[in-house]
Amino acid sequence: MDIFILILLRDLRLSFRRWNELAMPLLFFIIIASLFPLASSPEISQLRDYGGAVIWISALLSSLLALDGLFRVDAQDGSMEQLILSPTPLGVIVLAKIIAHWIVSGVPLVIASPLLALSFYLPLEALPVFILAIALATPILSVLAAIGAALTVSLRGGGALIGLLMLPMMVPVLIFGTWATDAAVQGENPIGALLLLASLAILSISLGPLAAAGAVKVAME
Amino acid sequence: MFNEAASLKTKSLEVWRGGLCLFEGLDFTLESGQVAIVSGANGCGKTTLLRILSGMNQAAGGYVTWRGEKIHRLNAESQAEIAYQGHLDGLKKEFTVLENLRFYQAMSNQKKPLESLLEELRLGPYQNRQVRYLSAGQRRRAALGCMRVKTAKLWLLDEPLTNLDTKGASLISSWISEHAKSGGIAVVATHQRESLIQTATIEIEL
Repeated sequence: MDIFILILLRDLRLSFRRWNELAMPLLFFIIIASLFPLASSPEISQLRDYGGAVIWISALLSSLLALDGLFRVDAQDGSMEQLILSPTPLGVIVLAKIIAHWIVSGVPLVIASPLLALSFYLPLEALPVFILAIALATPILSVLAAIGAALTVSLRGGGALIGLLMLPMMVPVLIFGTWATDAAVQGENPIGALLLLASLAILSISLGPLAAAGAVKVAME
Repeated sequence: MFNEAASLKTKSLEVWRGGLCLFEGLDFTLESGQVAIVSGANGCGKTTLLRILSGMNQAAGGYVTWRGEKIHRLNAESQAEIAYQGHLDGLKKEFTVLENLRFYQAMSNQKKPLESLLEELRLGPYQNRQVRYLSAGQRRRAALGCMRVKTAKLWLLDEPLTNLDTKGASLISSWISEHAKSGGIAVVATHQRESLIQTATIEIEL
């Protein structure tokens, strides 16, 4: 447990020392989303129709942007060797890194998404469901990102490959997320979609770190 | 606490890389207080051997044991006895020297004051400087300091003298002798054989 917190704090402090990289996914998220009203019509009824989908796709794409450095930097400077050889199980270390990654890249999305939702004229009463759905989805995206980053850690041009590998795996998050958002916007019951998102979150957080740890170990050989 | 006395054993180790057999049938045993120097030309498998000894890589044949247990299946207690320092420093360049040392110290549950270590490493004046502003030799010294704070029983050092000046090299050589005197075990791969040979109990030539 001590080591878990140690790694978590270490990664957070490192992220804040590279704050220019830190702001990138959030800016990317806002910029993609705000391109759509420019390319399509800015009429309120239309914005409301595609707003939810646009925000979800932007969230998926911007989470891809954030994941490349998750293990690569550690692997390149040799810290990963030291972490692998530490007596703490690698799964615990990877989980701490994923949570740190979520705090710096997922939480800003959760905070920014209601603002974007309002700028797309999503109804106010849909916001709580929408925020909850994003809050459930971002940890899943972080775990998937970690698996992708672990698989490509030893490849030189891994960044683009991660997108190809991980976007299909992120599709369920997109489907359930937009389902929950649409249901809330139209005043229907979104509970089914939210429960599915929650179960995906639990599944990925419990199994994902082990998969990522295994992949890192193989990649570092 | 442990079932067996501290000893590192290899049994008919066979190592392949890129479809080439680097060596086979390597057997040796290191007991408490012994130091092995691994020498040989470039590409003869020194780094691979050390990575296998650490448990990070798997050998094509044969096995490595530490205290009688297979090296990649150690329990946490035995794993904590092993310190590996490879070509990469393992330092975070956004962190200061002191932060890096503290991190590795905390990882192995140690709490000793670091002043004397920093002085030995001649890093005292640089302790609050971020690693990215240090020279290659200073980084190397900081990395070896991080290895030292783990107070491990088994040291696996891959070219520890790279980038070090003569003072640094003699410091590391004295660390290794000290480590052996206090009952530690070390395997050191090096090209600067002359600087370290006086510490060696056995020499492995690949």
